[in-house]
Amino acid sequence: MIELTDTTSSRIAAEFVRSRTRSGSPAMGMVMTLIIVTPDEDAVESMKAAQRASREHPSRVLAVILGDARGTPQVNAQVGSGDGWGGETALIRLKGEVVKHAESVVLPLLLPDSPVAIWWPTAPPADPATDPLGRLAKRRITDSAGVTRGKSTAMLAQCRAYAPGNTDLSWTRLTPWRALLAAALDQHPLKVIGASVTAERISPSADLLVAWLTDRLKVRVTRHTSDGPGITEVTMDTKQGPIMISRADGRLATFTSPNRPDRPVALKRRELPALLSEELRRLDEDDVYARTAHRLVTLHPESS
Amino acid sequence: MTDTNPLRDPQDRRLPRIAGPCGLVLFGVTGDLSRKKVMPAIYDLANRGLLPPGFSLVGFARRDWADQDFAQIVHDAVKEHARTPFREEVWKQLSEGFRFVPGDFDDDVAFDHLRRTVEELDQLRGTGGNMAFYLAIPPAFFGTVVGQLKEHGLADGDADHWRRVVVEKPFGHDLESARELNNVLAGVFEPDEIFRIDHYLGKETVQNILAMRFANNMFEPIWNANYVDHVQITMAEDIGIGGRAGYYDGIGAARDVIQNHLLQLMALVAMEEPIAFDAESLRVEKQKVLASAVLPRRLDTTTARGQYTHGWQGGEKVIGFLEEEGIKKTSTTETFAAITVDVETRRWAGVPFYLRTGKRLGRRVTEVAIVFKRAPHLPFTSTATEELTQNALVIRVQPDEGLTMRFGSKVPGTAMEIRDVNMDFAYGGSFTEASAEAYERLILDVLLGDPPLFPQHEEVELSWKLLDPVIEHWARKGKPDAYDSGTWGPASADAMLARDGRVWRRP
Repeated sequence: MIELTDTTSSRIAAEFVRSRTRSGSPAMGMVMTLIIVTPDEDAVESMKAAQRASREHPSRVLAVILGDARGTPQVNAQVGSGDGWGGETALIRLKGEVVKHAESVVLPLLLPDSPVAIWWPTAPPADPATDPLGRLAKRRITDSAGVTRGKSTAMLAQCRAYAPGNTDLSWTRLTPWRALLAAALDQHPLKVIGASVTAERISPSADLLVAWLTDRLKVRVTRHTSDGPGITEVTMDTKQGPIMISRADGRLATFTSPNRPDRPVALKRRELPALLSEELRRLDEDDVYARTAHRLVTLHPESS
Repeated sequence: MTDTNPLRDPQDRRLPRIAGPCGLVLFGVTGDLSRKKVMPAIYDLANRGLLPPGFSLVGFARRDWADQDFAQIVHDAVKEHARTPFREEVWKQLSEGFRFVPGDFDDDVAFDHLRRTVEELDQLRGTGGNMAFYLAIPPAFFGTVVGQLKEHGLADGDADHWRRVVVEKPFGHDLESARELNNVLAGVFEPDEIFRIDHYLGKETVQNILAMRFANNMFEPIWNANYVDHVQITMAEDIGIGGRAGYYDGIGAARDVIQNHLLQLMALVAMEEPIAFDAESLRVEKQKVLASAVLPRRLDTTTARGQYTHGWQGGEKVIGFLEEEGIKKTSTTETFAAITVDVETRRWAGVPFYLRTGKRLGRRVTEVAIVFKRAPHLPFTSTATEELTQNALVIRVQPDEGLTMRFGSKVPGTAMEIRDVNMDFAYGGSFTEASAEAYERLILDVLLGDPPLFPQHEEVELSWKLLDPVIEHWARKGKPDAYDSGTWGPASADAMLARDGRVWRRP
């Protein structure tokens, strides 16, 4: 890592080239730029997750730390490449007035002619699509489970602000559940007459799952509270009896279905790098999420 | 009952394809193939959540084992060879579905036991009457085993319950034996229930050949005899025959590798665009290529074969083929084979495909090199282009999967001097982490009943038709040429290309 103090975008860009030449100009095959907007204290962990994800999606990772917006503007950066990374990385610290113009620092550092994704691990803007940094990206990843303030309404707020290209890691966390539920109906092609989702009190994923099931099954889906972790049980009622997946420990689930013995199913809660990798696999609009987000909003018409 | 699953949506591309309720019966539990490839792949699939709840694995072998002993074997194999980390909860889910049936292949009582076990699993684990039979055993036993399956009512699928059989190469040792083998299988299973595994076709890079050729616009215009000079397909191994003398002696490199892997690679490189990316359309196009492939008239000048002798391979002293245990001193089995194939189509007329494979060569590598013609006119002095050879596009299949493009570039300096440079795309660097092992992919495809990557019997027959004359020619005449271990094959192979004014790439 090379430290650059009181620097500019073009010096950061020049350092990218230098550090690549230093390591013998290896083929990097970078496929995208990933911007991470993070507070200082979470930067290391977020970078680590991006590093693991970059093995699958070699990218230029730009972590932007927005500091105090008062005082003289200053841009500091740490630039590096290679060494276990599938790409290049810059940790950019902004202070002073430039904080309000972060996009001017980031824009010159985007890889030419390749997609840009942005990720807010903790504090997403109210409307990611119109955020100055968010506007640069075609994929905007929020994490409603990771927000520090307004946890209970964060998911709904993001769904209200939905724009094509937005997505939330709470949705990504659902993929294994959704896969299993879909597989359950493959096995038991029965008409579902009701459904329920049980999860800890605040669980953006559970809210999305309720919305998704409502949208797909066209039945009333009830929501129940448990001690978690995360989602603990999903039931789909049929005339033959319930199809149920329950997971008390966040790792191993039990699959119950009509006229069949109970079976254990591994259903592990996934770590950030795995979620991020999945999220970066497709960069076009996620239509199913769009519909689910819309449904979530219509399920909560009056609350604000 | 509803016809379509309301939770499935074609737009929902996050949801993985999970195989429906099913189980797998594995014959030949103790073999290398089972332990190193099949069992770890099954665990990896389970770990990635791609196996249905209740998936069951039944082992069948002549061992006095209980279910637990079998589970222990799988456990060890998984611990040692699986790609993904070992997780207790996944293991727990998987191992509850393990059963073991001891017995000989001709033992009626054992197959009766197997049938009861399968029925019991349907009840207990909900495998839904869907079973795949994986024959990881020598082909000589296929007849007995599938006969037994039929006799004991294990091979009867119907509209709601499928039966599939999975076999590995070799698919015979010549045209006639391949037909016999097929008759044995086809007597019991329908063609679409027979899955022939060619693990090369499960590799990401091989599938990427199709993506590269048919999803891009920049390669297709030059993918023909107007621009391509010749194509070299190489599969080199650095190891010797190891403990496989019994299998290898009398088979040799051509039957072992060219007939299946190399001709399949050739078909993918040479085929026309399929009308759709499905099994049937791909098969039709591959078949057309194989049917239009012919050998040159003179086999003595267009083929080469060799046998490795003792020497040094990568800093290690190694013995020669004839000194290997279990190989007769007079064996004429080749460990290196190179052939020339002409594809008689408008696209490829006059473009030879050189196929070579061997053991104890310089390094382990598989690649397809498309070598282009020189530019028709070079407006430079001849000294400027002295170091410029032909442009090439190399598809690196393994290791270090990716693409290399070789072209000329000016050497920095005041003089105009042009030299070859390589441009690299490392497929590995980008995608290995998530990309599955070939066997995972293929086993999942078997369970899903998705056959685009499995060669059909017609392709196998066509390959043998092409190769049989070479093998007969070799059998009639002399012995393989000796080559030192750790080199790139016998001098005759170099001579074979030199006659055409070409040289082998050093891969």
